[in-house]
Amino acid sequence: MGQTVFRPAQTGVMLKRRNGIWLNRFSQGLFVLLGLLVVYVLGRAFFQNPSVFVQQVLNGLQLGFIYALIALGYTMIYGIVKLINFAHGDVFMVGAFTSFYAVATLDLHRWPAWIFTGISDGVMMLIGTVTVIILTMAVSATLAVVMERFAYRPLRNKPRIAALITAIGISFFVEYFGALPFVFTNNYITYPRPFELSVFSAGMIAPWIIVAVWVFFVISVIAYVWLTYLSRKGNVQAQTWKRHPLLQFGLLFFGFMAVVLTLTGVEIQTGGKVWDLSASNVTLVIMGGSILLQVLLQYVVSHTRLGKAMRAAAYDKAVARLMGINVDGVITATFALGGGLAGAAGVLYATAFKQVHHLMGIIPGLKAFVAAVVGGIGSIPGAFVGSLIMGQTEVLAAGFISTPMRDAVAFSLLIVVLLVWPQGIFGEPPAEKV
Amino acid sequence: MLKRMKPSVAFITVGLVVFVVVQVLLSVGLLNNYWRGIIFWGAAITMVSLGLNLIYGFNGQFSLGQYGFYAIGAYASADVTWRWVRGDPSGLVVVLAGTLLALGLYVLLSAFLRRFYGVTVMTRFAFYVLATILAFAIAVTVAVPLLGPVFTAVLGVLPAVVSQQIVFLLALLGGAALAGIASFLFGIPVLELGSDYFGIATLGFTIIIKVLLDNTDTILPFPEMKGARGMIGIPQWTTWPWVFASLLLVIVVMRNLLHSSVGRAIVSVREDERAAELVGIDVTNAKILAFVVGSVFAGLAGGIRAHDLAFLHPQSFNFIQSFNPLIIVVFGGLSSMTGTIVTGFFWILLLEGILRLVLPTGFETWRLVVYPLILLLMMLLRPEGVFGRYEIPFLRRAAPPLPSKADNDGAAKGGVPQEGAA
Repeated sequence: MGQTVFRPAQTGVMLKRRNGIWLNRFSQGLFVLLGLLVVYVLGRAFFQNPSVFVQQVLNGLQLGFIYALIALGYTMIYGIVKLINFAHGDVFMVGAFTSFYAVATLDLHRWPAWIFTGISDGVMMLIGTVTVIILTMAVSATLAVVMERFAYRPLRNKPRIAALITAIGISFFVEYFGALPFVFTNNYITYPRPFELSVFSAGMIAPWIIVAVWVFFVISVIAYVWLTYLSRKGNVQAQTWKRHPLLQFGLLFFGFMAVVLTLTGVEIQTGGKVWDLSASNVTLVIMGGSILLQVLLQYVVSHTRLGKAMRAAAYDKAVARLMGINVDGVITATFALGGGLAGAAGVLYATAFKQVHHLMGIIPGLKAFVAAVVGGIGSIPGAFVGSLIMGQTEVLAAGFISTPMRDAVAFSLLIVVLLVWPQGIFGEPPAEKV
Repeated sequence: MLKRMKPSVAFITVGLVVFVVVQVLLSVGLLNNYWRGIIFWGAAITMVSLGLNLIYGFNGQFSLGQYGFYAIGAYASADVTWRWVRGDPSGLVVVLAGTLLALGLYVLLSAFLRRFYGVTVMTRFAFYVLATILAFAIAVTVAVPLLGPVFTAVLGVLPAVVSQQIVFLLALLGGAALAGIASFLFGIPVLELGSDYFGIATLGFTIIIKVLLDNTDTILPFPEMKGARGMIGIPQWTTWPWVFASLLLVIVVMRNLLHSSVGRAIVSVREDERAAELVGIDVTNAKILAFVVGSVFAGLAGGIRAHDLAFLHPQSFNFIQSFNPLIIVVFGGLSSMTGTIVTGFFWILLLEGILRLVLPTGFETWRLVVYPLILLLMMLLRPEGVFGRYEIPFLRRAAPPLPSKADNDGAAKGGVPQEGAA
């Protein structure tokens, strides 16, 4: 505004320009004030009622773990094909519906009881749920691969916008095909959980479980620190062991588990009032499943030939092809992995919120995508951290800033992160080719 | 040079014929309200898509925020006329006075900021936001009590028909200007991002606007917009001359802009940002200009649509709808105004007209299944759009653009225009 598009030639009178550093300081101060306002709102909420606040944080954790699974698919596909796969949220939706039919119609979560009579309920639930999740993952992975094969692959060498429009088209197609009366119908359907919900709060967990979880966590931390120390000294094997999936799983799973179980299982008091936090087995299942799948994915990407090929294809497809990598196969595998994770996320989401609907994939899908961007697109730990941040933002915004504005706050976070940290938390700055 | 800017005889003739024919058909009653709605809607969405074509097709900035600005224009102009009809000039005064004040402050501020070097983007953004807040605060607190009675008195002297048209014009301009201001403020920091990140940020913008519209009566102080229940009681003032005039205005403004040196600067930013910068083009300004002009078109279209429908609902501005302009622009052919105009009308005709009529009863829900299939087929068969880069002679640029290979292999080359695509 006010300036012409062409810069005026600096001839004749040179404008005496001064350093604008104080203006910059002033505006930084404004943004800091804004940040302090947010901190004040949250801090006041915490001190007014710490137990409600921490309960919200726990709820946000659950949401974040689900987003993480969806975000992984987005981040991998974007990393390799540079495509925002808008249909990913619908793979998630199809996953939720698959598990709905598996549980409600086929009763598949009880299959161990068909074969082994007299099996205990707990074991049956565990095996049955795992079966349902694996089946759902297979179905969603197939769907994702079909999408890739018939819609995206023919457009591989066409302008990227064509693939994006195709993604939007597929997304609409899956959503509204699902809305047809003989497919999924367009009603909200109540989802029967494959296992019963049991909420536990202070005093309901045996102390030895909490202690054991802490012990496991401490052991993994010690192992991690020790391996770091060894690898610093130049031990190559220690470096490999440090990234072993079991160790990572132990660190993450027992870490989160220890915190959640301590908060809910131990009676914490402030000012004579018990905090009375509660968590459910659904939260724990979501946490465990999400962490397990992520660690497995991390293992696949960093330790296997397929993962190496994926990383090579993400780095430079043409060169990867020259090195004899079957890039199309790698892309298919990426879609399969991403689709499988989205399907698992669909089961967990439906289990947590007890509802399936043919449009349920849109908003979680978008939020997971935002989470992937916040964490740095193309990075697996980034997707995880970004999703946790996203879940917390959403739940805390809903709880303490304004409930109807939760989506607005979540997407404002996106814009703020993009402005402050354009490539996300773990992302690498884009290499500019001139 | 001047000769080329003159509209050709053929263009004027075709324009007149279209105008007269549609007007006659409407007055005779051959086109019923349903078809009238489709034509008006098509015109509105064409304006929105032309704006997007300017931003994405010609300037290379992949944007999904077009519906956010469309919504701003629609709600702002609807609010102005809603209040005016109920004898309250405050909406009109706030929008006009606020916009003018804000523009004045922007000019002063840009002159002031040019005296310093090393001013960061966020600082410029913060100052412009402060200026906007100041301008509208002054408009609300000072201008309404001062100018409100003046407006009522002056417009009250005129016959009702005339004053209504004047208010409608001012409301349309006000809505468009507000959309422009919003896009200016949003564009300053976000246009720096470039490529996909800009698209994602604009998607976020659309969603934020939709959530705000859902809460206009609770969080924002506009009880007459009724939040998620939808705004009713907007006067139905849009007539065919208004629609035609605004569409023509958008086409001519965009065509002349693109034919000017500024337009060539805008196109050069799409071709190669670095090269454009090296030959002395202010890339930031070119991007902001294209973004603001494109959003003003969307705002204008919003006003037209709001006063045609007489009912506004946040659901019609959600981000899923915001893919429509993108689809239209890509279908018609990126950077082809002809393609966008034709596809804009055709798209609404297809969605609301043909598919509703062709599908047998009982299969209404299949409409949304068939249309993505058309989309998929279209992309597989002709990914560069129906019209490619074809333009009718009036819209054609004087010197044909150099054949740019980068247009068709943006995916392979980390390069230029499709950098913005996703």
